[in-house]
Amino acid sequence: MRLEKRASPATAWRLGAPLLALALTLLVSSGLVAWAGAPVGQAYALLLEGGFGSRFAWSETLTRATPLILTGLAAAVAFKARLYNIGAEGQLYLGALAAVAVGGLHGGTGFELSPWLLFPLMMAAAALAGALLLLAPALMKSRLGVDEVVTTLLLNFIVLLFVAWMLDGPMKDPLAMGWPQSVGLQDALQLDKLIERSRVHTGLLWALGAGLLLWLMFRHSSTGFEIRAVGAGPQAAAFAGMPIAWVTVKVALISGALAGLAGAIEVAGRTGYVTLDMSPGYGYSGIVIAMLAGLHPLGVLAAAVFVAGLLVGADSMSRAVGVPTYIADVIVATALIATLACSLLVNYKIRWGRDGR
Amino acid sequence: MTLALQLKGITKRFGALVANDGISLSLARGQVLALLGENGAGKSTLVSILFGHYRADAGEIEVFGQPLPPGQPRAALAAGIGMVHQHFTLAERLSVLDNVILGLEPLWRPVSRRRALRQRLVETAQRFGLQVDPEALVADLSVGERQRVEILKALVRGARILILDEPTAVLTPQESEALFRSLKALVAEGLSIIFISHKLDEVLAVSDRIAVLRAGRLVAELPNEAGLSKADLAEAMVGRAVQAPRRRAPPAPGPELCRLRGARLSGKPGLRGVDLSLHAGEVLAVAGVAGNGQHALAELLHGLHGLEGGSLEVLGQALPPRPRVWNEAGVARIPEDRHAAGVVGDLALWENALLEQYRSPRFTRFFGQLIRGGRARAYARELVQRFDVRGLEGRGLNTVTRSLSGGNMQKLILGRALSGADPARPPRLIVANQPTWGLDIGAVAYVHQLLLDACAAGAAVLLISEDLDEIFTLADRIAVMHEGHLSAARPRADWSLASIGLAMTGSEAPAHAT
Repeated sequence: MRLEKRASPATAWRLGAPLLALALTLLVSSGLVAWAGAPVGQAYALLLEGGFGSRFAWSETLTRATPLILTGLAAAVAFKARLYNIGAEGQLYLGALAAVAVGGLHGGTGFELSPWLLFPLMMAAAALAGALLLLAPALMKSRLGVDEVVTTLLLNFIVLLFVAWMLDGPMKDPLAMGWPQSVGLQDALQLDKLIERSRVHTGLLWALGAGLLLWLMFRHSSTGFEIRAVGAGPQAAAFAGMPIAWVTVKVALISGALAGLAGAIEVAGRTGYVTLDMSPGYGYSGIVIAMLAGLHPLGVLAAAVFVAGLLVGADSMSRAVGVPTYIADVIVATALIATLACSLLVNYKIRWGRDGR
Repeated sequence: MTLALQLKGITKRFGALVANDGISLSLARGQVLALLGENGAGKSTLVSILFGHYRADAGEIEVFGQPLPPGQPRAALAAGIGMVHQHFTLAERLSVLDNVILGLEPLWRPVSRRRALRQRLVETAQRFGLQVDPEALVADLSVGERQRVEILKALVRGARILILDEPTAVLTPQESEALFRSLKALVAEGLSIIFISHKLDEVLAVSDRIAVLRAGRLVAELPNEAGLSKADLAEAMVGRAVQAPRRRAPPAPGPELCRLRGARLSGKPGLRGVDLSLHAGEVLAVAGVAGNGQHALAELLHGLHGLEGGSLEVLGQALPPRPRVWNEAGVARIPEDRHAAGVVGDLALWENALLEQYRSPRFTRFFGQLIRGGRARAYARELVQRFDVRGLEGRGLNTVTRSLSGGNMQKLILGRALSGADPARPPRLIVANQPTWGLDIGAVAYVHQLLLDACAAGAAVLLISEDLDEIFTLADRIAVMHEGHLSAARPRADWSLASIGLAMTGSEAPAHAT
């Protein structure tokens, strides 16, 4: 077996590749479900029902999708410019911390400003915190050639330790009975519920808005044009006179800000305070979502809902038939690998042959 | 006369494209067969099938009467087929001997056959007149010597059929002569050679028979006899008569548009004090073997790098190293590597047309923040029509630029560059680095005509090229680069192929002007 490059991309496979990937994913996952001793058909039905089968399921899925959309967009915009930001997790936590720093109930009351002023300040602080956190690796990449995968990844650990210290020190909630937990957010700053008697909050609109905005930016703005050109052909972009270093900085600011906002919106929409386990790896899942979406901003919206639905559905499936919830992670990971492998078929074809001895 | 190699009905398809269409060829022992054809005619595919990189869809290969198992490079090697690639595959930090041994011995082996192999290398070198020092470091060798090492590598492995892919592309005229002498010696010893080229002079000089490929088919197979002319071969290759570019009368020198004085740039070799003066209405060609500072000169005059010493004046100004400023000042820039530097392959055609001007007020609104897609597309459409860019099936201006052929890509880049930043004011200085590298004859003629037309309209053209044919066709004056130095530019008539070759190796002062 060997791969041969096609003379031109195969249009049929452009449609067929995702379907084949889905089929492969289901096949591999079925094996694992069966191995766990559960009836495969029933498990999948439960999974789908738990994620997308009812009003409650949808509300939980959309709640979970909100931060995933934002971290997915953060990864997509950065990867588009070949700035491999693996640090969305850290940027999310720092954004959350900045939101509480501005809008928290410090000393019982916090800053006594009008919510109309404080809310934008809180969001701006979160975006800025995330943006600045990514700025350093971006500058080190463009000035010194330091690999940003390493720096952004390691910054995650530094940020988590910093957050741990803040939650046990300056921002500790005195009423939390010793739990490492920050002071709460002022009530006036909490996001409204989007649907009554559910956890879906207006943060979802922020996330959808960000996706739409990013899509418009890529399509119509000179900045979006720069980002696409620098990512797809840095040498040609430099030859044409694009400021590569400045584009990298802009991308870092946008990407970091999106991840920072994800943190603020989680605090303002769901938890109300910062804890060390507020994100079950949203930053890392964002990378998977961006890849699944082919780095397309609108694709990220769909991919985030898909992944969120799987995560939520797996919870209820595991309660019913006893397959560990890890199956959701396995399915997502398999889907990613299958998608990448199948998209190869658009540009390559597989030749089978007797290879002789 | 024994047959060394026989191809029977070789066919290879890539999707809808038929790269090789029922090609049957034979090569006798002690014969040189030239494989002639334009880019994309199917030469490389055919050779890749022969060497086992690809498997043919139909057809058979026989080597010395034995069928060759398809798709196995090892089998091809064992059958005695040796390949010398255009881009050498040598480890620079190893000696000649180590390079020859590399791949011949298993990695883990108690006793090295080093001494025996050294003996074999020396004997082979002597027998075929391919002198090299076995202990020399490859990094210290000249390009011609490295090519000799590549040939020796194949011979020591027992090659009886040698395939040379565009072997003279990187050589000076003198080095090419030496190569041709070696080939004669090889053939006299009974080796068979397939010589791939698109240079007609060479093909006529070295080959016994000439096979011409066009669009995947074998269109002619001719013995190299007296009476066979370059024009015949060119016509067979292209399928129609080729027009030479129309030359105009020698120019009266116009105003000076570009001046370098003692220009210095660090690098290997960079620029080591280059003087240059270029006037309106003339083509000044910079000749030289690759890697003698042409890259640095092009980066300087494309506005990508600032000077580290000396002075620069372009169109009356000391332009800063910012491409956009150069573009707006009226410099048309044509890069060497069109795939990497000329276009962003994954972007659409219309986006690449816009690449140098995406911030210009002509194509944007809101202080340059939003791109006027309609205007940009209209501009791209105009370029496509004016410069005859083809290959836009189906998707029109949204065609992915990567899918264009080299010639059409280059037309797009030239169109973009020659249209300039301001439609009312065409560029006055054109800096073209290897503008026809890898293009087919038709596209080459088109590019040459565009450059000459721009020149006739009053632009100054700086042409950096490694192709001496191109230089002698276009240039009014020629200067030669060697190790970061640029010789004085002298009229074309003062140079001969021999004198330019000597200047390219720096071995002798350039011949005197008459």
